Amino acid sequence: MATQHSRSAARLMMAPAVVLLLGWMLVPLIMTLYFSFKKYLPLRGGDLGWVGFDNYVRFVTSSAFWPSVLATLAIVGGVLVITVVFGVLLAILLNQPMWGQGIVRILVIAPFFVMPTVSALVWKNMFMDPVNGLFAHLWKFFGAQPVEWLSQASLQSIVMIVSWQWLPFATLILLTAIQSLDSEQLEAAEMDGASPLKRFAYITLPHLSRAITVVVLIQTIFLLAIFAEIFVTTQGSFGTRTLTYLIYQRVLESQNVGLGSAGGVYAIILANIVAIFLMRIVGKNLDA
Amino acid sequence: MGRITLDKVSKRFGDVEVIPPLDLTIEDGEFTVFVGPSGCGKSTLLRLIAGLEDTTSGQIRIDSQDATHVPPAKRGLAMVFQSYALYPHMSVRKNIAFPMKMAGVSEDEQKRRIEAAANALNLTDYLDRRPGQLSGGQRQRVAIGRAIVREPSAFLFDEPLSNLDAALRVGMRLEISELHERLKTTMIYVTHDQVEAMTMADKIVVLQAGVIEQVGSPLELYHEPRNKFVAGFIGSPKMNFIEGAEAGKHGAHTIGIRPEHIAVSADEGPWSGVVSVSEHLGSDTFFHVHDTGLAETITVRADGEVGFRHGDRIRLTPRAELIHKFDENGLRIA
Repeated sequence: MATQHSRSAARLMMAPAVVLLLGWMLVPLIMTLYFSFKKYLPLRGGDLGWVGFDNYVRFVTSSAFWPSVLATLAIVGGVLVITVVFGVLLAILLNQPMWGQGIVRILVIAPFFVMPTVSALVWKNMFMDPVNGLFAHLWKFFGAQPVEWLSQASLQSIVMIVSWQWLPFATLILLTAIQSLDSEQLEAAEMDGASPLKRFAYITLPHLSRAITVVVLIQTIFLLAIFAEIFVTTQGSFGTRTLTYLIYQRVLESQNVGLGSAGGVYAIILANIVAIFLMRIVGKNLDA
Repeated sequence: MGRITLDKVSKRFGDVEVIPPLDLTIEDGEFTVFVGPSGCGKSTLLRLIAGLEDTTSGQIRIDSQDATHVPPAKRGLAMVFQSYALYPHMSVRKNIAFPMKMAGVSEDEQKRRIEAAANALNLTDYLDRRPGQLSGGQRQRVAIGRAIVREPSAFLFDEPLSNLDAALRVGMRLEISELHERLKTTMIYVTHDQVEAMTMADKIVVLQAGVIEQVGSPLELYHEPRNKFVAGFIGSPKMNFIEGAEAGKHGAHTIGIRPEHIAVSADEGPWSGVVSVSEHLGSDTFFHVHDTGLAETITVRADGEVGFRHGDRIRLTPRAELIHKFDENGLRIA
């Protein structure tokens, strides 16, 4: 990419992709902004004209708004903690030489290939069903009263389902990171008198910090938008209404496109606030 | 104190016997070099002594204490790894402090020892840098510093200079030798480079396929190699081996003569050959001589001023008293 000629050729060839990406992003964004300033009720009169910031005010003053923000953060935070902690442990375990390593590794990654809708339905019907679920049978076997997971511990159940889906991703990234750890460093630490726990704390964990950063960043982006898992299980009831789900309800259940669009803009703002925080906290890890 | 004794120590990996039972004693304060071609088991032997590998059988004694099943940290040995194995996320100071922190040495004592090590190794200006910001030689010194502060009874070096460029290697070789003179601590040094072995060692252990071929001082090995392998491995360029009728004249199966023990001349000498390559180093000239009827190539070392060229026919005179004689099993005939 040295000469003037090759630079302009590169720009020309990249242009279609850049234009396409920009359009893909800008059209929905502008439409969302456009509708958010309108009173637009598709089944009750359609476009009823400009209303200024009414939709924005209504969205945040609604009693459902703050609980939905908290539910979103609780799910994202819970899943992040579970996937990172268990991901590190699983990665260490899978890094040990053992019989059938290849097959075990494929099995571990398998949940990632299951569609969110399918996995949530499987969890709901096969594990968490209070009558026929596996957990219910287990509880009954020990003489306990089966838990009605999705109503009594709804938020935790969703966190569990989503964690199950994302654990393989975290494990895979962390496993590759662990494999790149120089074994001589661990041996040096062993010679220096560090116990296995201290070797983990002083050598392995710092080595993994960058991979953990990547896992946290990528997962946060996707977890802020989870929808299918809630849609097929609780339908947003029992305190599992996230911001995404609230927007869906406003647009499709209440048929209020303007209000939902305003909520969409808030979601963009929330995602950016979280992103800025994350970059601040963990971004310096990526520089080193 | 640091007297290390290996008693019938052996190591297998599955079905492969890497080190058949061997005995070896390393005296306190000695600079011992394990040397051999790659894959000869020298690093494995070092790792057995360090405790990073379990022995399959036999006993390792450090200062007459059985250390065979003692964990590495408790053996009182410090190791310098080939890759240096510095902790990349810690500053040089923290790297050096790490073993002391693990051992629970007091802060003041830690400070004192870090200063001392940094002074000795010219690291004072770099204490707050990370290993990634250091050159290869500096990293090497940090690794040595981390070993020194433990005040071990013996240092173990695993090919510590092989990642350095040639000029730096000579410098570090001197520094390690000086360090040994100053500390008088037992040092075991693994290398595949016979020059490092010859220049640094008090005692050289030549290994091949896990078997000790010979133990002795550098000059002992040079003058009286026990067999053909040691004769060929020690000394640079390699010793010339001649079989057949010429060897028969000396009553041996094979005779060996070092390149530096052959005189070159244009018209005098019992052997003759054609120069194929001449390497001029300034101080010396190496001639690779073909068509001698003795061996495929005879290497000869001559004075830097001797100016034969490719294709010249020259005559060679071996120094009769410096010819090494070997029997059909490759063993030295006294």
